[in-house]
Amino acid sequence: MDTHGHGHDAGHGHGEPTSFWRKYVFSVDHKVIGIQYLITSFLFLLVGFGMMMLMRYQLAWPSPPDDFDPEKMSLVRSTIAKIFGDKMEYGFMRPDFYNQLGAMHGTIMIFLGVVPLGVAAFGNYVLPLQIGAPDMAFPRLNMMSYWVYLVGGIVMMSSYFAPDGFPQSGWTSYAPLSIVAPPGQTVWCIAMVIIITSSLLGSINFIVTTLNMRAKGMTLGRMPVFVWAQLVTAVLLLLAFPVLEAGALLQLLDRVAGTSFYIPKDMMYGSTVFPAAGGGNPILWQHLFWFLAHPEVYVLLLPAMGIVAEIIATNTRKPLFGYREIVGSMVLIGILSFVVWAHHMFLSGMRTSLANLFVTTTLTISVPSVAVLTCLLLSLRGGAIRFNTPMLFALAFLPMFGIGGLTGLPLGFAPTDLHLHDTYYVIGHFHYVVAPGSLAALMGATYYWYPKMFGRKMNETLGKIHFWMTIVPMNFIFFPMLFQGMWGMDRRLADPTLQWHNLPVQGWSVIMLFAACVLLLGQIPFLWNFFWSLRHGEIAGENPWNATTLEWACPSPPPHGNFVTPPEVHRGPYEYSVPGHKTDYWPQDEAA
Amino acid sequence: MIKEDWGFQTGLPEAASSYAPNIDWLMNVLHVVMIGIFVVWGVYFIYCLVAYRARDGHTGTYHQTGEKASFIPDGLILAFEMWLILAFGIPIWASVKQSTPPPSESNNIHVIAQQFAWNIHYPGPDGKFGRRDVKLVSASNSIGLDESDPASKDDIVTINQMSVPLGKPTILQMTSKDVIHDFWVSNFRNKQDVVPGLNTNLWFEPTKTGKFEIACAQLCGLGHTQMVGNVFVKTPEEFDEWQKSQVAEKAGTASAAGAVAPSENRS
Repeated sequence: MDTHGHGHDAGHGHGEPTSFWRKYVFSVDHKVIGIQYLITSFLFLLVGFGMMMLMRYQLAWPSPPDDFDPEKMSLVRSTIAKIFGDKMEYGFMRPDFYNQLGAMHGTIMIFLGVVPLGVAAFGNYVLPLQIGAPDMAFPRLNMMSYWVYLVGGIVMMSSYFAPDGFPQSGWTSYAPLSIVAPPGQTVWCIAMVIIITSSLLGSINFIVTTLNMRAKGMTLGRMPVFVWAQLVTAVLLLLAFPVLEAGALLQLLDRVAGTSFYIPKDMMYGSTVFPAAGGGNPILWQHLFWFLAHPEVYVLLLPAMGIVAEIIATNTRKPLFGYREIVGSMVLIGILSFVVWAHHMFLSGMRTSLANLFVTTTLTISVPSVAVLTCLLLSLRGGAIRFNTPMLFALAFLPMFGIGGLTGLPLGFAPTDLHLHDTYYVIGHFHYVVAPGSLAALMGATYYWYPKMFGRKMNETLGKIHFWMTIVPMNFIFFPMLFQGMWGMDRRLADPTLQWHNLPVQGWSVIMLFAACVLLLGQIPFLWNFFWSLRHGEIAGENPWNATTLEWACPSPPPHGNFVTPPEVHRGPYEYSVPGHKTDYWPQDEAA
Repeated sequence: MIKEDWGFQTGLPEAASSYAPNIDWLMNVLHVVMIGIFVVWGVYFIYCLVAYRARDGHTGTYHQTGEKASFIPDGLILAFEMWLILAFGIPIWASVKQSTPPPSESNNIHVIAQQFAWNIHYPGPDGKFGRRDVKLVSASNSIGLDESDPASKDDIVTINQMSVPLGKPTILQMTSKDVIHDFWVSNFRNKQDVVPGLNTNLWFEPTKTGKFEIACAQLCGLGHTQMVGNVFVKTPEEFDEWQKSQVAEKAGTASAAGAVAPSENRS
């Protein structure tokens, strides 16, 4: 599988740009594009987080108490009321605005935040470096995928200016609610088509780069786990996303062209029969959507697993436990993720006997996930563990993803899903996977690769403050959701207290709001650290963590074309503490 | 800041249907195992963090053992899950969702969901449902009941308030007029999407009298939160009496108005 080392000029055929625009804005350099993705997706994460803060505020005190006095509103409440006008009169949210924020929080966090951060930002920056390539295989396509993504994101946000505002049918946009929804939903469909196109461009590029651009000696079996994770992720994106793209186009046609792919006969809207009603099936949308969206869950997760494996190997100073088992499990997760989608649909009206099949596949996919987690845990055994900030985030990923995975069990199991489906238990479950799971890993990745990107390390003290103020409050937000869901509180309720059976668990929502405020404050040291360290951080040098993989074998930050001389790989990715070697790390490119 | 009736409950709400104990048992087994796995795993995790922390004179070990043994937990989990599926998953699912009690021995109800209300259609004493037609839907006839059908004569239609007798199963045959809704009573441990263009079923046999809340569990628009109702589980005698009074009331309204009008929003 050895390929020729690609010299800079021979490999990708674009010279070093000279103008500012070409170098930093319309750049074809994978590193610049990676950083563009990094900053853009962090901005979207902040927007999605802000929406979540408003929703948590609403959920803590959903309606005015009996003795409510508009003259004596708290400063927070009166400020919110002033900013949002009639959307939040007296600081209490209108239900349609709640639905808008709910739909947008999900859409932004998944499609514009975590996936671009995990796949496009770190994938773009790190993957070519780790395989010893001078750039991605298709640099112009790479640039295009970023700009298409940015346009998609802007179009998505612009739905705010549509009549009745943002889309409001949930991030899942179930038909036929989404068909009869206000115009913001049309914008959602268009934006999704654009965003998906961007992902497809990116995924092709990742696959080709990984398969064709590896340095001499970089066999598949010597690729770092992060590269494997990106490769499997890219294949998932390539195969799953077109289905949703088609689904979104059909939804768009139903909305604007009078078709009825998702609209059944005699469907009414208000007091009349919906004009286009006839022939369609609302459950078709759910199949198309979840056929993408379940692999999508693993798109959120696999890069995080890859990152955690890198950070753990570096900071335990020993080889990763079970490299082949981890890689094999990731491939297996990728394959199985295509046959579990209907576990979201046990109660959809789908044929009930199908549930048994999907319960079995769903519980089977937990096995490779357990295997990865077991290997990462056993990797700690026999190590000499350094507790720096990236390592703290990587270590936190393990138990947090553990909770996320375990709580998936009663949901994937159809008889218990009867009770838990569409409750806050689901929300708690997937937020454990994505927030203190994936997102924590991505924050760890930011601290870990920052020195490579900017030549300086981030501050450790601020990093540790950020860590504790992130992981602890997240648990106080997401764990009570499991209690609320178990009690039967539904998701997507603008005012849960209107349903009397929710009142016995409503108290938790107040705690969750306070935890969310701490979480918000906890991000300030991170932002400060990120910008302050650009100029004032400790100078990093080529290999600040004494790591073995190839991204540490080029200057920090790497120049255009990355490697001064094309690297040659002599060994596997995690040769730490090799007996008899002069240092406790043995870089992949170091000649024997 | 926290209202008097708000609480910090954990666990499951009161169980009130015949199959709820099975589901609760499974829920508890799963959670005990989950907590068990997490604790064992967490103890080892913390042990590793302490025992293998970097310190002077301590180095990482290159050679590692137990690669094969690491498949043991995977195998155990797989075996446990397959046992759960075969021993409980498939049988419980089959009894709750794949089979329905014989309609002739059950209380049959049609549920017609709409934004944002539950229309509850009872066949009345004759046990026959009148014909429904979307063309007949109007402000006063929310389900489009064809009053010219003889079977409709004693049909009862209520909104959001469902009365069912204790001691025999109730079978709901549900459809939606507009978007997807989801019929859900937490105390019965069962829910089911209610889909336009489809008929879906949900059955339950209540085990307690009392009032239980119906919520819509599938986002259905602005009024989703308010799409609530109640199931009143009555003793068979109370139920018969309630049914009689409803039929009488309907007949009374019909003759008083001199025209056909459905009963509305009574419980």
